[in-house]
Amino acid sequence: MLRALILFATILWPIGLSAQTTDLQTLLKENRSAVEKASRKTVDVVLAAMIDAGLPEVPVFLEKWRDKDVWQRKEDGLFFFTKTEDKKTYQLIDVSTGNVVGEADKKALKNLKPNSGVRGVIATALVQFQLMDPSLSRRMEGIRSIERDPEAAHLEPLRGSIDGEDNPDLKARKVRLERLLTLRFDEDDAARITAIEGFKGDLGIDARAALNPILATKTIAIAGEVNTALNVAETLVPGKDISIDAAYELLVSTDLAPSAVTKADIKMALTANIVDGQIAGVNVGTLGSDAAREEAYIKLAAMGIVSPLVSKVDIDAALSSHTFLSVFSEPSKTVTNAAIETLGSINTAVGINQTADLFLDGLSLASIYFLAAIGLAITFGVMGVINMAHGEFIMMGAYTGYVVQLFVPDYTLSIILALPLAFGVTFAAGVAMERLVIRYLYHRPLETLLATFGISIALQQIAKNIFGTQARPLTSPGWLDGALVINDVVSISYIRIAIFILALIFLAVLLYILNKTRLGLEVRAVTQNPRMAASMGINPDKINMLTFGLGSGIAGIAGVAIGLYAKVTSELGADYIVQSFMTVVVGGVGNIWGTLLGASMIGFLQKGIEFLNPSNTLAAQTYMILFIILFIQFRPKGIIALKGRATEA
Amino acid sequence: MERSFFARSPSVLIFISMLALFTLLVTVLSEGMGGEVISTSMVKTLGKTLCLCLVAIAMDLVWGYCGILSLGHFAFFGLGGYMIGMWLMYARTEIIVAASLANTELPPTPQEIKDAIGTQIFGVVGGSDFPMIWAFADSLALQLLFVVAVPGLLALIFGWLAFRSRVTGVYLSILTQAMTLALALHLFQNDSGLRGNNGLSGLQNIPGAQDIPQSVLSVWFLWASAFALGLGYILSAWVVSGKFGSVVRGIRDDEARVRFLGYHVESYKLVVFTLTAVIAAIAGALYYPQAGIINPAEIAPIASIYLAVWVAIGGRGRIYGAVIGAAFVSLLSTWFTGGQAPNIDLGFYEVRWTDWWLVLLGLSFVVVTLLAPKGIGGMFDRLVRK
Repeated sequence: MLRALILFATILWPIGLSAQTTDLQTLLKENRSAVEKASRKTVDVVLAAMIDAGLPEVPVFLEKWRDKDVWQRKEDGLFFFTKTEDKKTYQLIDVSTGNVVGEADKKALKNLKPNSGVRGVIATALVQFQLMDPSLSRRMEGIRSIERDPEAAHLEPLRGSIDGEDNPDLKARKVRLERLLTLRFDEDDAARITAIEGFKGDLGIDARAALNPILATKTIAIAGEVNTALNVAETLVPGKDISIDAAYELLVSTDLAPSAVTKADIKMALTANIVDGQIAGVNVGTLGSDAAREEAYIKLAAMGIVSPLVSKVDIDAALSSHTFLSVFSEPSKTVTNAAIETLGSINTAVGINQTADLFLDGLSLASIYFLAAIGLAITFGVMGVINMAHGEFIMMGAYTGYVVQLFVPDYTLSIILALPLAFGVTFAAGVAMERLVIRYLYHRPLETLLATFGISIALQQIAKNIFGTQARPLTSPGWLDGALVINDVVSISYIRIAIFILALIFLAVLLYILNKTRLGLEVRAVTQNPRMAASMGINPDKINMLTFGLGSGIAGIAGVAIGLYAKVTSELGADYIVQSFMTVVVGGVGNIWGTLLGASMIGFLQKGIEFLNPSNTLAAQTYMILFIILFIQFRPKGIIALKGRATEA
Repeated sequence: MERSFFARSPSVLIFISMLALFTLLVTVLSEGMGGEVISTSMVKTLGKTLCLCLVAIAMDLVWGYCGILSLGHFAFFGLGGYMIGMWLMYARTEIIVAASLANTELPPTPQEIKDAIGTQIFGVVGGSDFPMIWAFADSLALQLLFVVAVPGLLALIFGWLAFRSRVTGVYLSILTQAMTLALALHLFQNDSGLRGNNGLSGLQNIPGAQDIPQSVLSVWFLWASAFALGLGYILSAWVVSGKFGSVVRGIRDDEARVRFLGYHVESYKLVVFTLTAVIAAIAGALYYPQAGIINPAEIAPIASIYLAVWVAIGGRGRIYGAVIGAAFVSLLSTWFTGGQAPNIDLGFYEVRWTDWWLVLLGLSFVVVTLLAPKGIGGMFDRLVRK
């Protein structure tokens, strides 16, 4: 009744506005008793009358009524809003004009307190006013409240409000919400099915949230013939689709079978019936096994003290004489079928998009590994120096970023400053290390490994002494916050996009330096044959120093990037060092492209394994390392292997 | 007639007598034997140090003699500890559970006892069922076998895979480090079946020896560790003294040349790698009952690198060098990090050794590598030759 009236009123509203004849107070006076003693049954008429009247002050009144803010003057029964300062005298406010029209003592007034049922009806009636409100934000709020908590009663007012909507975005939202409400609440199955089928392949979470309740099932047990009126999802076979215990539990809970006696029950019953160290004539000391306990229990049951033991045979008999069904709570078979089909197509679409999302995840992880490993690709890959302190250079870069942010509060500016500064700091550290340690150890790779490892633990501890053990924040600029959302499934955070772009820039710059510049030419010459290079007028010492500095400096920049999304601690670098070496080794030593391939492989692989076993990232890392160990068995020189005698060195 | 093994290697006899003397001295002075000079915790530290010396010998064999810089031998050490720890924890929990269930009105069934043990052990990781790997935890004999078999088998498989594809040098080092990392990460998971990052604890309580005070037990373990170290020393010295040792050293110096001479290099490497893994595991099985607790952090790659550090500082390629390095650095490390070392006040900054010890260790490591590649053992040699 109410729904029809509201719909009617909605259509007529514009006319009602121009043709107002009565005022609200008169209207309320006419329905005085119904307003005073509002109940779920009687309030419909009053609401309909108010809506019919089409007065602009009606929504305000309804809100106040719902919020228990309407008062009635006892002497003449007129209704007012009130305002009070001292809780004794109340200023009376006219319900239509909002002007103060008098004062009254609290004793002369009566507060209208509609019960919760009535408030619910009022709220529903209010929805239609909200949906038609001239203010866009109010309409938006109305839609949001329906989306949050949809009810069958919202459907009609929502439908009525769509045609009059002039904001295209909101209109689209209303139309979508109308379809979602239709598929859940419409009384006409055909309309529901049309709505359901309209969501085929839809990625929205709201669509899945609306469809899933339709397919909610419950498990029931039936003795004898199955009622054909039931909308059966599937027949369950005990021991296969449903566990024996669960099936029997279901029978017990629906009083179709006596409850089973568990081991704990037996123990409790036996303990309760100990008489002088004996239970039903059996010595307590002999009851150290389940079989002996069961026997004693059966004796107790024979004496009528406890309920009889339900044997396995009894359970099997009870299970086989019943049919176990999984039944939809939704009665219509056609609706559930349509929902199953639509959900299937949605799941396919979601699967495709999840794959795309996984690809993006893998890509961003690959760029992080690439960033962490690219400096190593130069020092280890091109020069052949094992630098275990590479991770600490990454850490130094990240701490440089943190320190810069202490002095430069503007995050954008500080990042722009931090990148070259981090390069400078780690370049200097790299050059110093090359001059002081590494140059004495060329051709002794194992010693280099250990010496640089010594530097690594020293640097780590120094960082700990300076910055403490707690994580330091390196905050990204505001424009890198948030994520690029493509749909409800696929999204990628801007910071990861930035890291990806940074990785691409690194790749391009390094390729350019190594292949197109004088420095690159000399680096390659020195790497291939230092003596020959020296005799051509190249200073190998200088080149080695510069190359090592370059690789270290790049680690510093990578540190700033990595610090943006990971917490900066003294162990930041150590977390990446093994993966970085893996990346270089898997990709193939001595080749920037190889590092790119290695990083991609490891990144995608790790994300793939994580996807298969999402609860456990540790397991993903474990399996990934095992995979790499196996991979190196088959391609010991990496994906891109250098050929010739140089590789034997 | 060839001279006997001991006559050819006088250093072995010297070492064994020094070790025996040391053990006797500590025993006599220990708290447990009434000497009251060396505290129980000090006896334990010394016993643990002997185990570390043993694993350092293993490292020296594989690195100093065979040229394989393995960054995974501490993983074998830890695995050995885990294997014995499983029995220690199971058997002790069983005793506790049996005692607590003895007062119940009904005698417990075997299943109830097992469930109670499971709840005790796995309660911290939110479980109560025994994982497959605990199937034999109630048998000391089998777990002792596993101490040798599990790390040995792991080393055998890993070594076979790595050596047959001729992964050498730093690549092999990185690969062994990856293996260590994978193992540590696996053990860190709560569902690894070994209590995740809680590890196994209460290992210092030896089941069946509840009435013996820790002060006496510590001496027992000191003796066991000394015995194992002595045996390990003799075995290593014997292995490297014969023809086998010559081939192994040849592989270290020039692998290709040894291969061209017709030796099957991979088999030699595999034998050394597996043998040393087993020695490391035995050292671990003796170490952790003295330490009392083992957790995955012990296996982290850094631990294996420290092992390499000890051997390098001690001087690799000589067995006593490994012993000197491990004993010297680990005892020094205990001294510095234990807060016993006096802090240095520079006026504007106070150098606290708990904070700066690692820096000192790291840098001294660089210095040793650069200036004294033969380590302390090398200086020793020079003194002897003079």
